[in-house]
Amino acid sequence: MIVNHRAVASIYRFEMARAWRTVMQSVISPVLSTSLYFVVFGAAIGSRIQSIEGVQYGAYIVPGLIMLSLLTQSIANASFGIYFPRFAGTIYELLSAPVSFVEVVVAYVGAAATKSIIIGLIMLATAAMFVDLEIRHPVWMVAFLLLTAVTFSLFGFIIGIWADGFEKLQLVPLLIVTPLTFLGGAFYSIDMLPPFWRAVSLFNPVVYLVSGFRWSFFGQSDVSVGVSLAMTFLFLALCLAGVWWIFKTGYRLKA
Amino acid sequence: MPPIISISQLSKTYSSGFQALKSVDLDISQGEIFALLGPNGAGKTTLISIVCGIVNATSGGVTVGGHDIRRDFRAAREMIGLVPQELTTDSFESVWATVSFSRGLFGRRRDDAFVEKTLKDLSLWDKRDARILTLSGGMKRRVLIAKALAHEPRVLFLDEPTAGVDVELRRDMWQLVRGLRETGVTIILTTHYIEEAEEMADRIGVISKGEIIVVEQKAELMSKLGRKRLTLNLQEPLSEIPDSLEPYRLELKSGGCELVYTYDAQGQRTGITRLLTDLSAAGVTFRDLQTEQSSLEEIFVGLVKDKR
Ligand SMILES: Nc1ncnc2c1ncn2[C@@H]1O[C@H](COP(=O)(O)OP(=O)(O)O)[C@@H](O)[C@H]1O
Ligand SMILES: [Mg+2]
Repeated sequence: MIVNHRAVASIYRFEMARAWRTVMQSVISPVLSTSLYFVVFGAAIGSRIQSIEGVQYGAYIVPGLIMLSLLTQSIANASFGIYFPRFAGTIYELLSAPVSFVEVVVAYVGAAATKSIIIGLIMLATAAMFVDLEIRHPVWMVAFLLLTAVTFSLFGFIIGIWADGFEKLQLVPLLIVTPLTFLGGAFYSIDMLPPFWRAVSLFNPVVYLVSGFRWSFFGQSDVSVGVSLAMTFLFLALCLAGVWWIFKTGYRLKA
Repeated sequence: MPPIISISQLSKTYSSGFQALKSVDLDISQGEIFALLGPNGAGKTTLISIVCGIVNATSGGVTVGGHDIRRDFRAAREMIGLVPQELTTDSFESVWATVSFSRGLFGRRRDDAFVEKTLKDLSLWDKRDARILTLSGGMKRRVLIAKALAHEPRVLFLDEPTAGVDVELRRDMWQLVRGLRETGVTIILTTHYIEEAEEMADRIGVISKGEIIVVEQKAELMSKLGRKRLTLNLQEPLSEIPDSLEPYRLELKSGGCELVYTYDAQGQRTGITRLLTDLSAAGVTFRDLQTEQSSLEEIFVGLVKDKR
């Protein structure tokens, strides 16, 4: 499938270099904002909240916070990565190069996922300075991290192809992803909600991601891990189908 | 030798419904400099974009080096370098990084010595660490050329390479093009300036409204394109052209006040001397005269008429 591995490496390096150039925006700002969450929710409010299911509140919100930034960063990185060449016109080179669509996707999505995972890990390290963290299932933790990063980088790639302006690029993350994440149990257990709202929450895909990820830390979850995993794969499949459709139709890439 | 590029019955209708190419047939020979000459909107960029894989053809086929551009797109595209019409560059990259990137993108092994040589050939070496957005327009165009050459293509497309380019870059570019030709690279350039096609090309194809009207060796085309017009302002208006002037195929204009003679400026004999002698023999006198080159538009009209 990957024939022109040098092209994949070139695009990947290009994208990583871009992140490095904008290290302030791409790394420091998400880490900073997370630290603020810890101060506000963990230290200030958390001291007044009792532990949830035996986990101290400051630690309880860590998986949700990491998930929040994993989603937003994956989408932002991948969507911007492919949208910008379209906007600037430099996409001509990509289209005229001996690369397949799969290679392009692998390179962009790979770079976006790498960046968001690095940010996730930095946040984890930052969190460990504020609260006692113990990771019960480190392998699963990494697996959820990887799966989520790849899935939402694919989602970002689709948005980057679909968008025909910078507003649209911001639209989906701002209006859909962030609200869903906040309502998806990042800062609370959905079991704390009244039955009706708990049922509504089950339609929120982010609930499954946060729940599964939290399980890998504390060994307890709002919904069963199997369901979480299945849902994650379902989103992955949906995003792959979207990307495949773009390839088949040449949607917005070629006149 | 088989053609390095073979285009057959290529048509393109954009989603807007506009037909930009109408069943174009064109063969390009290995090692030649081919100029695609045509007014704005004729379909030059569309044609190049299809060959390079940027635009999908509606119908018809293209092979490059014998490789079908769809089925065997890797082999076809590896052979091609493209310098686009618009100055589209990454802004924040350095010159060195963007040129190396292009090489890798086209699947070539890293070769710093080659990139260095390319940058030096294009007078970009001093700017290798500069961010592209700090460069002037002319320098950006050099960067685009360097990117196109980074993977050592066998075919180079230059889309309106001299539009908005200063004299120095023009000279450098033509020198580079000739140097590339020496190494066997095939060059296809588009332009809407006759002079440019004349200066550079071995062979010229004229495209108008999505159709290739004529493809010819430069010398032959130039004699067709090089028509001039001599207008004589007469002392006394004529009601009709004297029989003795029949062979000159003159036209009478402005109510008989002007005589117009069309001739081939590149030909051995323009016939002007004889015309003037015959005019005075016929007793026709004139106050003034002007000559003018026929415009590209007129030439196109003429060519289309000739063809039908
Ligand atoms: N993406 C597009 N959608 C619709 N029409 C287009 C598109 N690109 C070019 N055209 C039209 O096709 C015609 C040929 O354009 P082009 O190939 O750029 O001409 P040239 O390069 O000879 O100036 C023009 O009339 C142009 O408006
Ligand atoms: Mg053009």
